[in-house]
Amino acid sequence: MELYHLSIEEARRVLDNGELSPVELANSLLDRIGALDDEICSYITVTKEKALEQARDAEKALKEGVRHPLLGIPLAIKDNICTKDIRTTCSSLILENFVPPYDSTAAKKLGEQGYVLTGKTNLDEFAMGSSTENAAFGRTKNPWDKARVPGGSSGGSAAAVASSQCLAALGSDTGGSIRQPAAFCGVVGLKPTYGRVSRYGLVAFASSLDQIGPITRSVRDSAIVMNAISGNDRNDSTSAEVDVPDFSSALGHDIKGMKFGIPREYFREGLDRGVEDAVAAAIKQLESLGAHPVEISLPHTEYAVAAYYILATSEASSNLARYDGVKYGLRVDGEDLSEMYRKTRESGFGAEVKRRIILGTYALSSGYYDAYYKKAQQVRTLVVQDFNKAFEDVDLIVTPTTPAPAFKAGDKTDDPLQMYLTDIFTISLNLAGVPGISIPCGFTSQDLPVGLQIIGKHFDEATVLKAAYAYEQATEWHKRKPEI
Amino acid sequence: MQYEAVIGLEIHAQLLTETKIFCGCSTTFGAEPNTHSCPVCIGMPGVLPVMNRKAVEYVVRTGLATNCTISAYSRFARKNYFYPDLPKGYQISQYELPLCEQGFVVITVEGVRKKIGLTRIHLEEDAGKNIHDGAVSESLIDLNRAGVPLMEIVSEPDLRSPQEAVAFVRKLRTIVRYIEVCDGNMEQGSLRCDANISIRRPGEKELGTKTEIKNMNSFRFIEKALEYEIKRQTKVLGEGGRIVQETRLWDSARGVTESMRSKEEAHDYRYFPDPDLMPIEFEKSWVDDIRKNIDELPDARQERFITQYKLPEQDAVFLIAEKAVAEWLEQAVSLGGDPKTVSNWVQGELTRLLNEENLSVEQCLVKPKHLVEMLELIDKGTISGKIAKTVFEEMFRTGGEPRAIVEDKGLVQMSDEKGIETIVDDVLNRNADAVERYKSGEAKLVSFFVGQVMKETRGKANPKIVNELFRKKLN
Repeated sequence: MELYHLSIEEARRVLDNGELSPVELANSLLDRIGALDDEICSYITVTKEKALEQARDAEKALKEGVRHPLLGIPLAIKDNICTKDIRTTCSSLILENFVPPYDSTAAKKLGEQGYVLTGKTNLDEFAMGSSTENAAFGRTKNPWDKARVPGGSSGGSAAAVASSQCLAALGSDTGGSIRQPAAFCGVVGLKPTYGRVSRYGLVAFASSLDQIGPITRSVRDSAIVMNAISGNDRNDSTSAEVDVPDFSSALGHDIKGMKFGIPREYFREGLDRGVEDAVAAAIKQLESLGAHPVEISLPHTEYAVAAYYILATSEASSNLARYDGVKYGLRVDGEDLSEMYRKTRESGFGAEVKRRIILGTYALSSGYYDAYYKKAQQVRTLVVQDFNKAFEDVDLIVTPTTPAPAFKAGDKTDDPLQMYLTDIFTISLNLAGVPGISIPCGFTSQDLPVGLQIIGKHFDEATVLKAAYAYEQATEWHKRKPEI
Repeated sequence: MQYEAVIGLEIHAQLLTETKIFCGCSTTFGAEPNTHSCPVCIGMPGVLPVMNRKAVEYVVRTGLATNCTISAYSRFARKNYFYPDLPKGYQISQYELPLCEQGFVVITVEGVRKKIGLTRIHLEEDAGKNIHDGAVSESLIDLNRAGVPLMEIVSEPDLRSPQEAVAFVRKLRTIVRYIEVCDGNMEQGSLRCDANISIRRPGEKELGTKTEIKNMNSFRFIEKALEYEIKRQTKVLGEGGRIVQETRLWDSARGVTESMRSKEEAHDYRYFPDPDLMPIEFEKSWVDDIRKNIDELPDARQERFITQYKLPEQDAVFLIAEKAVAEWLEQAVSLGGDPKTVSNWVQGELTRLLNEENLSVEQCLVKPKHLVEMLELIDKGTISGKIAKTVFEEMFRTGGEPRAIVEDKGLVQMSDEKGIETIVDDVLNRNADAVERYKSGEAKLVSFFVGQVMKETRGKANPKIVNELFRKKLN
């Protein structure tokens, strides 16, 4: 097997026993990136020098007997997660040359384990989008079918993992931005509970919804990365003071007798036939492993997308105000201050970002606040209650990750509403703050990957991973790789 | 037509925390521009605020010192507007659910006490500063002040005159200095004041249209600006015009308020709860601890000065205004000084000299002990009250002991009656015509004779003895 196809788990073994050096591994990935990425466009910045330097450091550390789960492991990081002294663009012209003088907590934690950074991956500008087409430096292609989108906004991370241009990657998920691209690219994507992973250094899109999480090629790798990045952080007041279990040790247990909720609202018309069949078969598979599917209801699902687009855009309109040309990033001079602001933001932001800033500004305006923002917060409360109520009876909830597989590039770019609806099954989790994973569960007739979403209780990623692992080990889907 | 002014104030007080409200940067005033800054207070992408616990404590302390209700549950909000000195494009402030609500302070104006309501006290971050340097065409920005914790105190529209407004600000300044949450320095801008002001006919219930006055950075300017604004509004109404709701800036050089922006141009701040900060829920025990650690407040001290020291209210009001002054007096009294006498010296010579030299009582070289020793010298007749002023000034300049000064400078009072009589006789002999005039009815010439003796003795002659001798010899 090629080195770049290794999982973290496999690489760990050969790195630790000296069969493989981190520099060899890094070179393998860098060569792979060199060969593929002009076409896939999963990276905005490839950090070749940095990667080799870190790999040499890891090699030295390994020889000295240092052992960490991610020591010497080549990982990519979504380009809205700040990395010290490495350009972090958010796929936006307004931050084209922004080099953070600090590390995000997540990147810092990976650094403490001696990981190797292959580069910064592409995304929809400021994580606003579902296709990685709203990208200032070129759209990312789906490795399974280059005419199709990889999903978004963490499309670069998902495509890089699927095409073996890194062993795993960090993404961020505000309304589905880890899980939807993971489903579209046939990989594993976990959105942790809100508050599980520090947001410090994650460039904010919607602060009350954003969460960093891993995109990997296996459930075990997901657990390994989660172990590394989770935990309370004094730099993030919204990060929870909750103990972090060893997620790896949650794996390998049977799921006999577990109750899986199947929300009827997620299986309505409009669901793609291939997705429906694959998910139905996955539920059968879980049943054959001893789990009990139970039909449940999440009655406020239909209002989730609307509420989400009020809340997320409101927060975004405020979060993106700092890009004003004054302190860093792009500045376009004007005759006076307001012209400088206008010209800077006009040429610095893309169309979708502008659309959301305008939407959010409107929703927060005096006279409209109660009708929009406040109402949306009330809906959010109802969505939280839906999940809390459901989890009184079931251990996990299982749904398709997306209503349809990856669509063709350009198909939805002129219709924002259709684009927004691709996140219909993932958005509720962000509103409720609960964790969810997308794992490969089959292919459509067009050989496009289908994702199965498993949703857990707050801070119960362990159970989510346990079930995902049991399913994964009983199936072969995760072993298929795109022909590139 | 006579009108009544209705005034409400908004006071911004910088808190005396060592570090900024959301990061570890220093709050020290006067550093090189942008040296007290970091990714958090510069508003870089991805950074997050972390609340400074001390800042919350200071606001709660202020709330307790001003009879406020401390909210059990409080929340922070974003106030959105664009300005170069506001790095994030929003200010983290409070909107609904401030830390403190519904308090009051008591002011005394011309001997009349009045309760002034406080609507709320909330916590927010300060902005940076735009610097318009004539030498360059661009504006420069200093973000050292960005993120310094700021407390906003909002009064009810209970004030009826510029004098009451000044008394209110003075009182709040006294309180925040007493409880050591703000240095109250208006010049450096650590205490700032905006006013909402309208006028109406006496007895009218409805409020008139108000204007907001900004940029009054001293007690004198608050009084002048409000006086000007009352006159201006009175003139507008008198001429049959209408008051426009607007924000006006006080121009101290020209002594006028000028329109800055109208209501229509007012910002829509689009407040919403800040998702980066958790709401604050107080444990009662924490608030109780803060309450327990508040020392005697100005009002209580004022009452105590009246009852314990039998000082007139006017004296007490003056003395408690500065904690250090009040403590200076208390020390002097505890060393045996008579309260009223000490009070007179503090209000008189001490205050005069401090003002002349622009010093605070903490910087003063005269210690309470020195004053008490000096008062003993007066009581014993060693020096006269008049000479005492010379001694006091000398102590103020040099920090010397009163006894040593009196001896070194030969200021001991002459009480030797024989010796004085010799000088008195000499003066009478040398001024025979003045004696004649006195005898023919010019009684006020006594002070001329006394003055001559004092001149001869360089002020040391016991004035009581001198007076008696003249009376005896001339009548």
